[in-house]
Amino acid sequence: MDRIPILKMGDFLLVTIQVDLYDQLAETLESDLVQMVRKYNSKGVLIDISAVSIIDSFMGRILGNISTMSKIMDAETVVVGMQPAVAITLVELGLPLKGIHCALNVERGMELLRSKITLDIQDDDDYDDSDTE
Amino acid sequence: MKNEAVKIIKAKKKYILEQWFQNQLENDGLREDLITNEDQRIQSEELINSFAASISDTNFDNFQSRDFEKIEDILSGVAISRAKRGFTPRETGAYVLSLKMALLKTLSEEIKDPVVLYTESMRINSLLDNFSMITFETFIKGREDVILRQTDEITEISTPVIKVWDGILALPIIGTLDSSRTQIVMENLLQEIVETGSSIAILDISGVPAIDTLVAQHLIKTVSATRLMGAECIISGIRPEIAQTVVHLGIDLSDVITKATLASALKTAFGMIELEVRKKATSKVL
Amino acid sequence: MIVILNKDAVSITREQDTILLRNRVKEWATKIGMGLVNQTKLITAASELVRNMLKYARGGVVNIEIVSKGRENGVRLIFIDKGPGIHDINLAMRDGYTTGRSLGLGLPGARRLVNEFEIQSVVNEGTTISITKWKNG
Repeated sequence: MDRIPILKMGDFLLVTIQVDLYDQLAETLESDLVQMVRKYNSKGVLIDISAVSIIDSFMGRILGNISTMSKIMDAETVVVGMQPAVAITLVELGLPLKGIHCALNVERGMELLRSKITLDIQDDDDYDDSDTE
Repeated sequence: MKNEAVKIIKAKKKYILEQWFQNQLENDGLREDLITNEDQRIQSEELINSFAASISDTNFDNFQSRDFEKIEDILSGVAISRAKRGFTPRETGAYVLSLKMALLKTLSEEIKDPVVLYTESMRINSLLDNFSMITFETFIKGREDVILRQTDEITEISTPVIKVWDGILALPIIGTLDSSRTQIVMENLLQEIVETGSSIAILDISGVPAIDTLVAQHLIKTVSATRLMGAECIISGIRPEIAQTVVHLGIDLSDVITKATLASALKTAFGMIELEVRKKATSKVL
Repeated sequence: MIVILNKDAVSITREQDTILLRNRVKEWATKIGMGLVNQTKLITAASELVRNMLKYARGGVVNIEIVSKGRENGVRLIFIDKGPGIHDINLAMRDGYTTGRSLGLGLPGARRLVNEFEIQSVVNEGTTISITKWKNG
């Protein structure tokens, strides 16, 4: 069966989605990711969707799920590289993916993850209240 | 029986062309400031030739016949180029109508039997009327194209995205914000965010005359889309009247960073990317 | 008046067919010169509707048509299934309503993404949904 590879980089997990997603594939990714978060005790998940040309409500939900599930396992999720057309479509669809952190590219996404994690270590305050949605 | 009119048109096309050209001259249809005599002659000759070539007994009464496609193409071409060059509708219409006059005149010279002449003239009449309608339709279409192009240009001009600092974009919106305009604003802004790698976008609405629930919705959409790209969005230029309407209409802008002026938005943006603006004279450290 | 310029059809029986449909729609949309954003909106809407088709009717057929109205060209997709049909269309079109385990954005979201949206459904016979996206719409 098709699977999207998940790379482990230190405390982070890195996923680059290079193929067109269908529902089953997205669901597999969701369960694989949470398994990996637990296995490696990861602190951050970075999902690169720069090659994804379509995100509909199902895949939007999966992204939200991953973010929330990781959060309760104490890992931050950042989605990076969303294409402009995809962003406009998601907003028009009525799915602005609130509560998911986004960054322009992998580099910025890594910075964001690092800043969130060091912040967590410095003080256990909630970084952003909107995260908990 | 072979059709008289078709035979005559095929045989006499040179003569018809002369007649037609004469008519065009008399009709003031010849605008030497817009098209040269020579060009017009070539155009007319091409049309007559293909008319004579395509007309036959079978398609004479059926202007929708495929045989006339070439003529329709030529006519559309003529009408569109005339619309763009600034001919009046009358001048363009006269082009085909004067051909009709030439054809009818030739027929009346050639056909002696009044009954035959009458029926053939009627048929020529209806065929040519249809051709002139094509001319008119395409003429208007040509004009509409000009208008559409201008509309596009206006929208293009009125939504510039300006890079005000490394990592900070500003987008002054002038005029009303409807859904198609929002679409363009979003596309331009997001594209520019990708190209410049900016992390902050300032949407300045000083030039938006009024805000209602729909406009507010468009603004919120733009902010949401910007966030999905991984950039933050600040809305600036909130005038007192706009603040009042926003509250009266119960629009919720609490998720959005709003500032009264572009200057304070820029200051906030500097703060967000950890920059400081200082007066040079006071800093004697260096 | 809407004129159909070209026709194509994709039959949907399993999830992977969704990708085939997306690619086919993209091909046609590119052919008429539709911009990337509008293409994405159309394909996303198609994706939502195909999911419903698979979920509730176990598949069906999607007709792809290139249509023209006046000076505007567009792509029309017609989703035909022989599933259980929809009991209350008004309710199904409401944001957040779902009979399955989803966000309930499928139908209303798809409608927001296209220019024209028509739905016909007969209980126990099937559902036909037609969506149109104009090139510059």
